[in-house]
Amino acid sequence: VVPGQSQAGEISRGALLAYTCAGCHGANGNSNGPATPSLAGASRDYFVEVMHQYQADERASTIMGRIARGYGDAEIQAMAEFFSRQGFEPAKSQPFDPDHVEKGARLHHQYCEKCHGKGGASAEDDAGILAGQWTPYLRYTLDDIRTGKSPSSKKMKRKLEEMHRKSGDAGIEQLLDFYASRK
Amino acid sequence: AGVAPFAIGGARKTVVVVGGGIGGATAAKYLRMMDPSIDVTLIEANTNYYTCFMSNEVLAGERSMESIRFGYSGLKGHGIHVVQDRATSIDPDKRVVRTQGGQRFAYDRCIVSPGVDFRWDSIEGYDARVAERIPHAWKAGPQTLILRNQLRAMRDGGTVLIAPPANPYRCPPAPYDRVSQIAHYLKRHKPRSKIIILDPKDRFSKFDLFLDGWKRYYGYGTDDSMITWVSGAAGGTIESLDVKAMTIQADIESFKGDVINIIPPQKAGWIAFSAGLTNEQGWCPVDFRTFESTIQRKIHVIGDSSQASPMPKGGYVANTTAKVCAAAIVADFNGGKAPRPSWINSCYSTLAPGDAISAVTIYTYRDGRIVKVEGSGGLTPQEFDAGMRAREAQYAHSWFNNITADVFD
Ligand SMILES: Cc1cc2nc3c(=O)[nH]c(=O)nc-3n(C[C@H](O)[C@H](O)[C@H](O)COP(=O)(O)OP(=O)(O)OC[C@H]3O[C@@H](n4cnc5c(N)ncnc54)[C@H](O)[C@@H]3O)c2cc1C
Ligand code: HEC
Ligand code: HEC
Repeated sequence: VVPGQSQAGEISRGALLAYTCAGCHGANGNSNGPATPSLAGASRDYFVEVMHQYQADERASTIMGRIARGYGDAEIQAMAEFFSRQGFEPAKSQPFDPDHVEKGARLHHQYCEKCHGKGGASAEDDAGILAGQWTPYLRYTLDDIRTGKSPSSKKMKRKLEEMHRKSGDAGIEQLLDFYASRK
Repeated sequence: AGVAPFAIGGARKTVVVVGGGIGGATAAKYLRMMDPSIDVTLIEANTNYYTCFMSNEVLAGERSMESIRFGYSGLKGHGIHVVQDRATSIDPDKRVVRTQGGQRFAYDRCIVSPGVDFRWDSIEGYDARVAERIPHAWKAGPQTLILRNQLRAMRDGGTVLIAPPANPYRCPPAPYDRVSQIAHYLKRHKPRSKIIILDPKDRFSKFDLFLDGWKRYYGYGTDDSMITWVSGAAGGTIESLDVKAMTIQADIESFKGDVINIIPPQKAGWIAFSAGLTNEQGWCPVDFRTFESTIQRKIHVIGDSSQASPMPKGGYVANTTAKVCAAAIVADFNGGKAPRPSWINSCYSTLAPGDAISAVTIYTYRDGRIVKVEGSGGLTPQEFDAGMRAREAQYAHSWFNNITADVFD
């Protein structure tokens, strides 16, 4: 299926809107990194929620707050539809410390797997895809959630804090190395 | 040289794209992505394309020329016929593009994205030949290298003169990004050197953010500032160049430089003039829904050559416009209706490594015009936040990787 094409020669509004994001997020939402996140495969609800958080300045961002306010609800829905249908491609040749992967995997299964299934590769339960996402972006996002600059569910924040209390910043880095190792 | 075989006889629609830069390459690729039945030929004069994006980092020694060089194998992989030749004429009645190499290409639609040419007659003593010694470096490639090598060869304590043009021109913030990058290079390697900007304008893109950065890194506003900005009101408009004496005569005073970078005023690419696509201002008026020329039917003009205000002449605009144009052509071929256009302009500038700023604007189409979406877009906050600026520096490099992949892969 040609992305964005509902039938021969008909380009959907969602596709045309989503194509304007490609310069930062990669063609069809698979980012070439090293930091800007991939959007491909994101669940529709997750995408819409995040865009609304950006619009309301509830979620920390360098630039997305300014961008998200450029779109109405119908447009955001149309883009969510488009991106949710694109296949997610894990970050290409992203560096990680192989010695951390095993510890990271253990932490993930203890604290995160319940909502971020399949080792963080699942977009189900409207949680973000973590496995193969760009590490700097995940590091910023976890930092923003922990410091209260970005929202997350109470339960997720509690798990993250619990993990951090026991394993510290090293635990975060181990988790990130685990996600980066997932191909 | 006959008409290319794939253009002969049949229902297959043919698009010929002139210029394989940011606009043209994007359009060729997205036409094929949106409708693989379309025959697309891309005519580009050079074997490789050097992006202007990040070419200022090359000047600063932060990046290699190879890292801004892109070839056309990716586009060939999309089934695009890439022809390395220079288009010399477009016949709007016969619908044929001719090249220097004697080839002819018939089209149903032609897309023209030749970038900019320079108004060589606007500064006395400066022309295309002189530019081999006094580079503009406003098209990346050999010109970038000339300027980089001159900066490397300059003595510590030398003066760099940079003369940006009046609006409109390609990439409004880029001269000031260049000033920042060169200042960073000089600060590290030749700290007694100076940069003087001779500007016909009294303000420029991301003005307050640049000035704040120059204060923090380069002593701007103090007696010992590395950077001096001479505004139009203060006599910054330049009149003539004396290459032998290495001096520029400006409105009020004359200035001597060890390295001189003149960015001349601009107009649409030459082929746009020869094809009769330009207006009195030297740019190409278009219908904003399709980017079809309002002067010649079946020819679309995108990128810097098109007159698309309020959008600035920039690579992100060329990239998003190419997609609007491709969608309109595909819809027309298939008897459908293209969705309402949407564009983004976004642009990162660097004040010093690890401190980048951005501008972004969302545009939509309303009543035949391009309008900014109210309440959106804008600049990086003025207040300095080291952590967020470091993020923006990383996102700026991601921007480069993603847009170049979107255009050429
Ligand atoms: C220093 C600098 C920094 C910049 N940084 C940024 C940035 O960070 N972000 C941003 O968005 N923009 C940036 N820009 C602007 C950006 O480079 C241009 O806006 C963009 O390249 C315009 O695309 P285009 O397709 O119109 O022209 P171009 O990309 O210049 O492409 C034109 C192509 O057409 C070819 N051509 C011309 N005539 C013919 C012919 N007759 N036959 C065959 N081929 C022909 C040329 O060889 C060229 O390859 C920068 C510009 C400069 C100078
Ligand atoms: C100029 C760059 C740029 C453009 C254009 C851009 N983005 Fe972003 N996007 C970013 C950056 C950078 C981030 C990380 C957050 C931040 O700092 O703003 C991001 C984050 C996001 C996220 C959060 C991803 C996640 O999993 O948490 C979403 C969703 C998003 N962008 C959607 C979009 C959409 C939709 C568009 C186009 C309409 C778009 N972006 C255009 C740079 C951009
Ligand atoms: C109770 C469920 C739950 C648990 C447990 C949980 N998360 Fe989440 N997570 C979510 C949901 C839901 C979202 C998306 C919406 C949001 O941000 O609130 C999310 C979003 C995220 C994001 C942002 C995704 C992006 O692309 O921007 C990151 C990063 C993240 N989680 C990491 C973790 C880590 C690491 C753990 C374990 C230490 C964890 N989560 C545990 C539910 C959970």
